[in-house]
Amino acid sequence: MGGFRPCHTACRVGVLIVAEGCVWDAAAECMPRDDLRRLQGERLRNVVRYAYDQVPAYRAKLDGAGVAPDAIKSLEDLSKLPFTTKDDLRENYPFGMFAVPLEQVVRLHASSGTTGKQTVVGYTRGDLDLWAEVIARTLSAGGVQARDIVQNSYGYGLFTGGLGLHYGAEKIGASVIPTSGGQTKRQIQIMQDFGTTALCCTPSYALVIAEAARELGADVRHLPLRVGFFGAEPWSERMRVDIESQMGVDALDIYGLSEVIGPGVSYECLEKAGLHVCEDHFYPEVVDPETGRPVAPGECGELVFTTLTKQALPLLRYRTRDLTTLDESPCPCGRTLRRMDHVTGRSDDMLIIRGVNVFPSQIEAVLLGIEGTSPHYLLVVDREYGRLDELEVWVEMSPETFSDEVKRLEALEQKVRAEIESVLGLTVRVKLVEPKSIPRSEGKAKRVMDGRDLGR
Amino acid sequence: MRVSQISVFLENKSGRLAEVTRTLADRGINIRALCVAETIDYGVLRLIVSDPEAARRALSDGGFTVTETQVLVLEIPDRPGGLATAIERLAEKGINIEYIYAFVTKSGENANVVFRLEQMEEAARILAGEGFRILAGDEVYRL
Repeated sequence: MGGFRPCHTACRVGVLIVAEGCVWDAAAECMPRDDLRRLQGERLRNVVRYAYDQVPAYRAKLDGAGVAPDAIKSLEDLSKLPFTTKDDLRENYPFGMFAVPLEQVVRLHASSGTTGKQTVVGYTRGDLDLWAEVIARTLSAGGVQARDIVQNSYGYGLFTGGLGLHYGAEKIGASVIPTSGGQTKRQIQIMQDFGTTALCCTPSYALVIAEAARELGADVRHLPLRVGFFGAEPWSERMRVDIESQMGVDALDIYGLSEVIGPGVSYECLEKAGLHVCEDHFYPEVVDPETGRPVAPGECGELVFTTLTKQALPLLRYRTRDLTTLDESPCPCGRTLRRMDHVTGRSDDMLIIRGVNVFPSQIEAVLLGIEGTSPHYLLVVDREYGRLDELEVWVEMSPETFSDEVKRLEALEQKVRAEIESVLGLTVRVKLVEPKSIPRSEGKAKRVMDGRDLGR
Repeated sequence: MRVSQISVFLENKSGRLAEVTRTLADRGINIRALCVAETIDYGVLRLIVSDPEAARRALSDGGFTVTETQVLVLEIPDRPGGLATAIERLAEKGINIEYIYAFVTKSGENANVVFRLEQMEEAARILAGEGFRILAGDEVYRL
């Protein structure tokens, strides 16, 4: 433990080696708390002024709340600012929240929104550098260096997982294998033949790989694989123990959301005791989801982020809907960045299924558009422990639709399935059920039965 | 010439079929013939009963999803090749059979075959022309 030893030449102050991990940017990640707060306060002032000047929606929001940008002088003033929500992004779809003209935007990603409209995020070249930087921190915290071979099995595409991890790994100088998701046998073949040392994927997919490898007569524990970065869905300590024992790796949690930047917002070090938030760039608060007031230190609430340095899409007090706690105690790894707990739930009804965000309202919109179904439905999510999530959509047919010919019912089922799959980008099972068989409830309907076994 | 068939949507839940048969029994409705088409999640129960209208009402009131379909019921001599001839004639004319099932009556000399077809009228004409007897609704309900 401890001691300084250079493991990456671009580092400004040499690199702190902690256990087998190393710190990518010790100046930032291990900055004394007082210095960090000063830096955050200064950046906060800048970003509030920047958002006010560059984004008409923010100007209107702040004017509406009666908050002049100059009123935000330090971190203590942060709670004067109104929140930003997914609705703000939706209302300004697609590019209305951008603070720069499109000429300066070099990348766009999107994730599902609540009512069919996607959430679009944009990146300037500087934003992409920042993203690669925070992923470099993430991977370094698990000991990844230039000589490592990183197999990136997060999906490449509109989803931020694939490309996000990719450029951070390249920034470290590691050899990246962009396998993307799926084709498990091929993943295992590559892992064996190329000598993968670090794996990036969802934790449930890691268990799927481990099991598939055993079925193929291969044992991942005997391969060079050493560390895994598992995120994009909630998981548990029991899953960590299982992944570590079945794969012979250190299993680390990583967190992020595309609105803030993507993966890399926070990451675990090898202490495995919470995720260090890159708070020099993304300032975290935890608030009571009902009242919006900050909770007492260490209490659970909704995570809120203010981006301090992002250029294309600055966000002030963005409500993530993720529930967690923030730990201010020092970490033995030497990093001073505060740690958040694994996300334990959501304050809205969003589901994360195989890494894909699913809002029940999206299903409703699809059903409203299909003749012969009623907008009464139930989402049944299941995960046999150690398997991938399964989403079953129970759809009530209307009495008129019922045909005594099975092929007609199957055609309806097929149609509903195809529409839902094209909206969600996710394979689902559709099950037709009798009219009026899905329980109606007064007030908020119960649309989701989540029976997933996360091993908690 | 047309016979009313009652079809019921059955979710794959234990006891569901029993509820249907009990509902009919309580109203004194007799089942003449039945068949079930099943998938992983549900089944479609098709019934020919002594009183289709009463059965339909009773099942709807009982909360079942019910539909009524017209089918053709053919009397076929109970010997090898009896059915083959009938089906061959339909095939020659390009008439598709959606589904088919059979039942026997107390006398046991003839088999009765239920046909669900798109072109009912034409099928009935062809089969009658071949000398097959097509049963009327009342005949079937009172069997």
